[in-house]
Amino acid sequence: MASGTQRALMRTMVSPIFSLASLYGLLGGLLIGLSAALLWLLNGRIAGISGITAGLVAAPLQEVSWRSAFLTGLLLAAVVGALTQPQVFGAGVPPSLPRMLAAGALVGLGTALGGGCTSGHGVCGLGRFSVRSLVATLTFIGFGMLTVATLRALSGAAS
Amino acid sequence: MKHVAALLCGVLFAAGLMVSGMTDPARVVGFLDVQAWDPTLMFVMGGALLVTTPTFFFAKRQTQPVLDAAFRVPVKTEVDRRLVAGAALFGAGWGLSGLCPGPALVSVATARLELVAFALTMVVCLFAVRTADVRRVLRSLESKATRVDGDTHEAALREATVGDE
Repeated sequence: MASGTQRALMRTMVSPIFSLASLYGLLGGLLIGLSAALLWLLNGRIAGISGITAGLVAAPLQEVSWRSAFLTGLLLAAVVGALTQPQVFGAGVPPSLPRMLAAGALVGLGTALGGGCTSGHGVCGLGRFSVRSLVATLTFIGFGMLTVATLRALSGAAS
Repeated sequence: MKHVAALLCGVLFAAGLMVSGMTDPARVVGFLDVQAWDPTLMFVMGGALLVTTPTFFFAKRQTQPVLDAAFRVPVKTEVDRRLVAGAALFGAGWGLSGLCPGPALVSVATARLELVAFALTMVVCLFAVRTADVRRVLRSLESKATRVDGDTHEAALREATVGDE
């Protein structure tokens, strides 16, 4: 039988994993998965946001039209979300404008060169057992962690 | 019908992002922060893969999707420098902001200057690389082809996007 201390220790170890946020994460993940599954079964297309967006240029009309429809749905839901549940966008103050412009350029260039983002490689590619997507996913998570650790070290050094 | 399906999928996708907490950059940065790790993103990806993995597997029995003529499977399998370099750049931008393309587009709805500027820059860069890729392939096809028409352009677009997920 676990003692009170052991139980308290288990709670502290377990609670950050099985928190309410994790449950919402799982639920939201299932919805994203459902979206990707439907787009594949109905239209035969990969639900990768960077790929869907990039395909709006230098493309024939029948390509532009379904991509516009998808992104219209995405933005409509986003507007409803922003009006009714603004807290889902977080309470934090966004980073400075120059940093956001640099980050936006890196994300745009990176996902265009790498042929996908978290949804294309992470959700669809991994689900198809694509080696390219596995390499891409590990790489962007690794470099993301490296960047956050660097920022943390720099802000620590500054204070 | 194809367009209604795409619109519905867009709505579901954005709803999933907002429910999951992935539109809060602090949560995403938390996942990338090994010193104060937030596992939420792992549950989001896990939940999505729980649906997509069996779907892709069982869809292999289907010859075509319900509303279109063919499944567009990403055909490229080779891991090249472009893939790794691109993913590395993307990871750096992701860590700097806590935003990847889906949440970045959804966040435009907040009408916050920094978030709108991020999304605009991202889209301009996506368009610029795609345009350059298609032009490059088109030039090489034109130098070989005897006749250049709309088919050449479509072939260039196909070839420029073989690695696209």
